Amino acid sequence: MKAIDIIPLFVIIPLAAAFLISLVGRFIKRSSEVIIFISSLALLGLSLYARFLLNSAPGKILVYKIGGWAPPFGICMVMDGLSSFMLVTVNLIAFFVAVYSLSYMNQYTDKPKFFTLFSLMVCGMNGVIITGDLFNLFVFLEIASIASYALVAFGTEAEELEASFKYAIMGSVASAFIFIGIAFLYSFTSTLNMADMARILAYKQNAWVIPFAGVLFLMGFGLKSSLVPFHAWLPDAHPSAPAPISAMLSGVLIKTLGVYSLVRVFFNIIGSTHGYLGILMFLGVVSMLVGVVLALSQWDLKRLLAYHSISQIGYVVLGIGLGTPLGVLGGLFHLFNHSVFKSLLFLNSGSVDYAAGTRDLKETGGLGKLMPVTAKTNLAASMAIAGIPPFNGFFSKTIIIIACLQKGFTGYAICAVIGSILTLSSFMKVQRFVFLGEVKDKLKNIKEAPFAMVFSTVCLAIICVLGGLMLLPSLRFFLDDAVSVVLKGTSYAGVVLEAASK
Amino acid sequence: MTLYFLCLMLFCVGLYGVLRKRNLVKIIVGLGIMEYAMNLFFVLLGYRFDGRAPIVARDQNILNMVDPLPQALVLTSIVIGLAVTALIISIAIRIYEKYGTFDITKIKKLKG
Amino acid sequence: MIDNPKTGMTLIVKTITRLTVGLILLFGIYIILHGHLSPGGGFAGGVIVALSFVHLMLAFGKDVAISKVSKNLASNLESIGALMFLSIALLGFLGGSFFLNILPKGTPFNLFSAGIIPLCNIAIGIKVGVGLFAIFLTLVIVEKSK
Repeated sequence: MKAIDIIPLFVIIPLAAAFLISLVGRFIKRSSEVIIFISSLALLGLSLYARFLLNSAPGKILVYKIGGWAPPFGICMVMDGLSSFMLVTVNLIAFFVAVYSLSYMNQYTDKPKFFTLFSLMVCGMNGVIITGDLFNLFVFLEIASIASYALVAFGTEAEELEASFKYAIMGSVASAFIFIGIAFLYSFTSTLNMADMARILAYKQNAWVIPFAGVLFLMGFGLKSSLVPFHAWLPDAHPSAPAPISAMLSGVLIKTLGVYSLVRVFFNIIGSTHGYLGILMFLGVVSMLVGVVLALSQWDLKRLLAYHSISQIGYVVLGIGLGTPLGVLGGLFHLFNHSVFKSLLFLNSGSVDYAAGTRDLKETGGLGKLMPVTAKTNLAASMAIAGIPPFNGFFSKTIIIIACLQKGFTGYAICAVIGSILTLSSFMKVQRFVFLGEVKDKLKNIKEAPFAMVFSTVCLAIICVLGGLMLLPSLRFFLDDAVSVVLKGTSYAGVVLEAASK
Repeated sequence: MTLYFLCLMLFCVGLYGVLRKRNLVKIIVGLGIMEYAMNLFFVLLGYRFDGRAPIVARDQNILNMVDPLPQALVLTSIVIGLAVTALIISIAIRIYEKYGTFDITKIKKLKG
Repeated sequence: MIDNPKTGMTLIVKTITRLTVGLILLFGIYIILHGHLSPGGGFAGGVIVALSFVHLMLAFGKDVAISKVSKNLASNLESIGALMFLSIALLGFLGGSFFLNILPKGTPFNLFSAGIIPLCNIAIGIKVGVGLFAIFLTLVIVEKSK
């Protein structure tokens, strides 16, 4: 095998793991746990290895031709800075979530089915990230979405089914919009390869099809990433899922299917114009404020966290929508940070639920003494999401605010600061009602969560604390390569086609 | 051009069903209509005037084929639609077991 | 169980089903195997194979159909179909690339031609056939939990 052959493995490994688990998981006890642990560890290792492989590649891009067919006709897989950045994020979170669910899912009956769906979801997300073909992106997006609809309904309680139904209907409508957008672009360019499409669109300017398809994509991917006018499904769907899946959905799924696809289509294929960027920034600011204001009045821990996901996605989209190097850097960095601390928060809420049996803020209290590790990791994550200095959230939020001021959007910068303050107050409420105060009588004899759960939350908390180090010059390449892919815009086409012709 | 507008109308009928109907089954039917409208639209985009089916046959040299790619893509999309519909129907059955109704205004344990 | 008049439909339907169900199954297999030569292929053929079992279930009642293909068997066969497709794709690594068609292509319009494509069709046929049947089975035998 050549070194480049690792690129399709990001799809092969989770797919093989999913079907192996569903085949042998029922017969051999605990085999599903072994398979999921090995596959997610392998994916994490491969994504880090691919990141270093990319450093030595010419032009910092790797193109894999499936079946040996060259790009405009065959399907290719493209690994550039942005893909690699997203792959590391997704597989990092997926690994810790998989370790966490080894213990957490003991409450549920059918572990092999859960891990099958989990693997399929990871497969879909990895596929969306590395594919270089627009229709392939749609197919992988649907794989990830269908797996997540089923996972939201995994508990089959009344609320979970209701949330899953709502999520499935909204998700299918979003997919329909994306599909029609792809149909328009295909009819206009007669190709589905993203690079070739960008090349053809570049010299066929001023067509009415492009803004039309752009609006369809904005609606579709906006629904998937739950920007504010399209956010209604998220506060129901994310809290209803089992806690590890909430962490995956809020942590990486909405970013991969929503933000990453949005960035890829708008910046690298259609080409970012002033109008699109303005819309993106506006939607980002509205999501940021609406999400955090709605979160303030919530008393269900997971529902509160879900509203914060809307708010934090607003920061990411605002940063990327600025279109300046600093803004995109801040947006992508916040994307990574939010993946880490939001999945940590959801995992902590799962630990609280596992130990105390409730996640209503009014019924918990004083858990800090009984669950010291969870209390500390939750403190770290809360400070990170609110943007307190040594934690990673502070750096990314500061970069976004400075980028806003640089480009002259003072109003947006003020909104970002207000959103941050409201986030802080909302998480002070969480700390006060869950971990501080008096222990309620019926919660007297609860214990700390099992080792696997504590292990992954502690690791994620360490990443939260050390995340700011990624801005050091020697580690900056991880972010800078991703930023440069976004900023290069439609010249992505030339780079990919040139790399593919070798 | 008329055909495209008919597709758009079919799509809007489906969207109306999804957005306005109160019965879960009618919402699922609306979703199905939407999916079929978009599939029809994509197949129509590949049509060439006087085109023939894109099948290579023995001893024949067909020049005016319709575009075969949208047909392949629509097949994929139909499969995806099948999976989604089957999943949503099974969820709807379970919802009926829990709530005893298909009326969406009575299914509201989630608020906020 | 098959001749029990209480389950399933009338004698006329049962007799006709007995005559046709094998033919439908055979037609599905034909469509799968000729997928690389004529319209159809793994998915279409798989659907026809699944329909033959659905036909059996409608005519004779669900117990007869489940005795032929149980839910666990359907689930296992589905996983095997998917793994088969994946391993055919992985075979391409022997020739240097994922999904590479490494088998000899043969002459066009022969049954044994087109390299790995007939094998892919068979794998897809298994997966779709039992998958669709499993979906139907699941929707039929949902138990009322009251």
